[in-house]
Amino acid sequence: MIADPRSVAGKQLVIDETTRILVVGAGPAGVAAARAAQAGGAQVVLIDENPVPYETMAEHVPQIWGGRMGGAVRNRNAIQEQMLDARPDLMQLFEAGVDIRLGTACWGLFTNQANLGWMPGRVAGLLDIEKNSHLIGFEQAIIATGRRDMGLAFPGWDQPGVMGANAALTLSRLYGALDSKRAVMLGATSEALIAALDLIADGIEIVAVVEQAAASVADEQLVRRIHDAGIEIMLNEAPRGVTSDANGVTGLVLQDRTISCDTVILGVGAVPMIDLLQAAGADCRFDGMRSGYVPALGAGFETSLKAIRAVGDCAGIWAKKSADASLAEAEGRLAAAAALDAIGLAAAAPDIAVPRPERSGDPAGDDLGDYRKAWVHASVIGAPSGTHVCQCEEITAAELLDVSPPHYLDVPRLPNRQRSLAEILGDGPPDPDHIKRLTRAGMGPCQGRRCREQIQALLALHEDLPLAAVPLAGYRSPVRPMTLVAASLPEDPAIAAVWDSWFGMPRQWVPYWEVDEKYTVASLATEKDHVSE
Amino acid sequence: MSANNPVTGLEGDAPRGAAVVIVGGGVTGLSAAFWLAEAGVDVLVLERGIVGWEASGRNGGGCSHHHSPLFAEEQRLWPMMDELLGYPTEFRPDRIRISLSPEQSRLYGRAVTNARKQGFRADDLDAQTVRELVPLAGDNVHSGHYYHFGGHANPHRTVQAFAWALRDRGGRVRQHIRVTGFRQAGGRVTAVETDQGVFGCDHLLIAAGPQTGQLAARLDVTIPMRSARAEMIVTEPLPLMPLGGIDGNGLYGRQTLRGNLAYGGGPHEWVETEGDSGGIRPSTPLAGSIARRVAELLPKAAHARVIRSWSGIIENTPDGRPVLDNPAGPGNLTVATMSGVGFGLSPASGRALMQLVLQGHCDFADISSLGLDRFTALEPDWAELQGWLPAGLAAV
Repeated sequence: MIADPRSVAGKQLVIDETTRILVVGAGPAGVAAARAAQAGGAQVVLIDENPVPYETMAEHVPQIWGGRMGGAVRNRNAIQEQMLDARPDLMQLFEAGVDIRLGTACWGLFTNQANLGWMPGRVAGLLDIEKNSHLIGFEQAIIATGRRDMGLAFPGWDQPGVMGANAALTLSRLYGALDSKRAVMLGATSEALIAALDLIADGIEIVAVVEQAAASVADEQLVRRIHDAGIEIMLNEAPRGVTSDANGVTGLVLQDRTISCDTVILGVGAVPMIDLLQAAGADCRFDGMRSGYVPALGAGFETSLKAIRAVGDCAGIWAKKSADASLAEAEGRLAAAAALDAIGLAAAAPDIAVPRPERSGDPAGDDLGDYRKAWVHASVIGAPSGTHVCQCEEITAAELLDVSPPHYLDVPRLPNRQRSLAEILGDGPPDPDHIKRLTRAGMGPCQGRRCREQIQALLALHEDLPLAAVPLAGYRSPVRPMTLVAASLPEDPAIAAVWDSWFGMPRQWVPYWEVDEKYTVASLATEKDHVSE
Repeated sequence: MSANNPVTGLEGDAPRGAAVVIVGGGVTGLSAAFWLAEAGVDVLVLERGIVGWEASGRNGGGCSHHHSPLFAEEQRLWPMMDELLGYPTEFRPDRIRISLSPEQSRLYGRAVTNARKQGFRADDLDAQTVRELVPLAGDNVHSGHYYHFGGHANPHRTVQAFAWALRDRGGRVRQHIRVTGFRQAGGRVTAVETDQGVFGCDHLLIAAGPQTGQLAARLDVTIPMRSARAEMIVTEPLPLMPLGGIDGNGLYGRQTLRGNLAYGGGPHEWVETEGDSGGIRPSTPLAGSIARRVAELLPKAAHARVIRSWSGIIENTPDGRPVLDNPAGPGNLTVATMSGVGFGLSPASGRALMQLVLQGHCDFADISSLGLDRFTALEPDWAELQGWLPAGLAAV
C-alpha cells in the first residue's frame, strides 16, 4: 500500500521505556493499585508529581497553593526526603520492587481512538524530576490523580494566603512546608471539615469556618467534632475581602467583622482531578454525588478508553470516601485486579464491594450544584467590580457574562453589548469553552484550574440552569505547563526528513495560473516545484 | 435560550426557512452568510455544534495565500474587515518568514516569487536584520523574508465576528442543529431537513468542512475529499514582538495579540470522516516535535511554557485546492470546501460564494481552477493511490 510520505504513516514514536501497568498518583488509591498489581505479577511503574517544582507551584498548578509554601519547597530533594518520611508505605512499596518515581508528572495520556490511529500503542508523557520529558509505553494505566479545590473569587483572593484546602493539606502533611499559623476555612462541606480537623492535628489554628448557607452541609459527626474543637461555624456569611500586608493576608473581612488570620482556605468544593483523563479523550460526565465531572467508569473502573482506569478522588469524591481511605484503596485494588486480568495475569478478584456514594445526595447533582451556585452567588456575584474570576487573564464575572473582549484589545464596547448572553451565544446551554474563546477566561498559565468551576456556576446562575447542564470546559495536554525545551520529545528522524509546515501536497501551493485543467494522480508524475504554505 | 430571559429575534419553535440556507457554521459558511446578508439576502446558517468550533477556530490564523486566485481579494479585504464587520478580528498586517537553513530559504523563496509576480512586495532579509526585527530569534537564523502583505488574525474572534455581523444584518444562525436530509422537487433543492424541523430554501450552500462530501452526495453531487488531523501548540503569553506574524522553520503560526506563541506543522494523520462531527479531539506526542521546532525558530522563547495543544480535523480534496462551485445537478446548489486552508481566505471566499449564489459566477477573481470538473478524469481509487487512507482504527 502507498503511504502519504508527509503523513504519520510509517513514523515512529520514540518510546524510551515501557511498563505493563502505569499508576499515576501515589495517594491511597494509587498505592493500593500499585501494590496489588505488583503482587499480581505485573511490572509496575508508579509516578507521583509531588514534590511539584517551585515554578509550577507559583503558577497555581496543580493546586491553589496560595503563596503559603515555605521556603523549603525550593529544595526538591529535601521535600522528597520529607515525603518519604511522611509516607512509609511508599518506602515499603519501593522495597517490594515497585518502580516508584516521585517528582514525576504525567502531562499526557495517549491512546488510539476515533480520529487517532497511528500510535504503536498506549503511551504517557512524563516530565521527570530533572524536568526532562519522555514517553513511556504502557498496557494498562490506573489513574489516581486525586483532587483539587474549586476557586472562589472575592476581593483579595489573589493575595498570598488564599489557598485551596487540598493544597494546604499537601503542604502540611506531605511537604512539611505549610507557612501558616491561623487559618479560616471557607465552606462547611464534609471535605472542608475533614481538612480543618487534619490541619488542626498538624498544629494549624483554625479560627473559624465560614459558610454562606444557613446550615452546614457536612456530615453531623464532623460538625460535632468541629464544635468540640471549639471552632465556630459562621453561617450566612461570605467573604467581603481581606486585609493584607506585604506578606499577604492578615485577615478575612466578613459582613460586619474582620477575622484575624494569615490564611484563607478554600473548602467550598473538592473537585476530582480529571484533567489527564479528559484530555486523553475519556468520556466525562457530571455526577453531583461524585463532586462534579468524573469519567464514566465500567465495572473494572475502566474509562471509555478501556485500557485507562480511574480510581480514588479523580473517580469521584464523597464524604464517606473522604473520611475513610480504605474506600479509595478498595477502588485501587479492584482496578488493579481488572488491569491484571486485561493483560492476562489471572488474579483472584478481591472480595470487596465496589465503593459507591451513599444515596443521600441527589443523583442529578442538584444538591451539589445548588451549593456551589450559592457560594458563587454569595461571593463572586456579590463582589465589587474589579474582582477577577480568572486571575491569569484578569477577567471579572461581569466581563465574562457580557462576553467582553479581552483588555489587550482596548475595545470596551461592542455593538452586541446590549444583548443577553443567550443572544450572543445562540441556542443551547452556554458552553464555557465558547466563553473562553471570546473572553480568554480560563486560557492562562494555570490552565483554568482556578476559574473553571466558578465559570460553570456563573453560567448556570445567569441562565437559570442546573449546574450539571453547563458543559465542562475542556482540558488539553500538556496538563502540566512545561517549557518548549522540556516539551521537545526525542523524534524519529523520519519525521524530520519529511517535515513540512502543512500537508506537503505536490499541487496545493502551486500558483493558480500554473494549475492544470484536470487533476489526476497520474499527472503528479510531472514534477513541479515544491512550494510551501 | 434562557428560561427567564427570553430573547426576541432568535428562532422560536417553528422552523422558518430562508432565501439561502447555508449548511455549516464554519468560517467559510459564515463569511458567505455575512456577504449575503450584507447584500440584503435573507440567509440562515445551520450549524451542527457551535459556530467556528472545529478547524475554523483552531488554526494558525494566517492570511497570506499567495497561490490562490482569491489572494488579491484576501489582501484587499483583511485590512477593512474590522470596520466592515463591526467587531474586532485582531487582524495585523505583514509577516516575517524565517529560514534556519539554505534549504528553507530556497523553499520559502518560491512563495515570495509567486507573491511578487502578483504585484506584492516582499523583502529579502539577512540574519542580522531578522534578529533586529524578531527579538525572540537567535543565532541560528540563516535569512528571512519580510512580506508587505498577509498577516494574521484571531480565528475565534473572526468566526464570531462574522456570526454577529450577519445577525446584525438580519441573517440568522441556528446552532446545535443536525441536518438529516434534503427535499428536492423539479430539479431543485426545496428544503433542508433537520432534527428540529424542515427549513425551506430557494438556494442551498453546503460549506460543512469534512461533512461537505457526505452531504453533497445526498444530492448526487460527488466531491472527492478525505479527512485528516493536524495539531498545534500554544505557549503562555510572552512580551509582544513588534510583528506577531512570525513563522518559518517548517511551522505556521503566530504570536497572538495576547502574546502566546501558537504554532503547528509536521505530519498529519488521515482519518475516517466522521458520520457525525464532534468530540474531544485529543492531540498526540507530535506536540513534542512542534515544540522542538518552535524552540529552534525562537530560541529566546525556549523557556516559555507550553500550556495547551490542539488537534483539528480538516477535509482535503485530491489536489488540496478548494472547490467553490455550482455543480451540475440541482439547479440551486452551491458547494464549498477550502480543502483545509479556509481561514485566511475566508473574507474573499465568502464574497466569491455570495456571487456564485446570486449571479452564478465570481466577477472579481478567476476561480475557474476551483471547479469540480477538474476531477472528471480523477482515478476512482485516488485516495489509495495517494496514500490517504487511515491506518485503521486500532483497538482502544
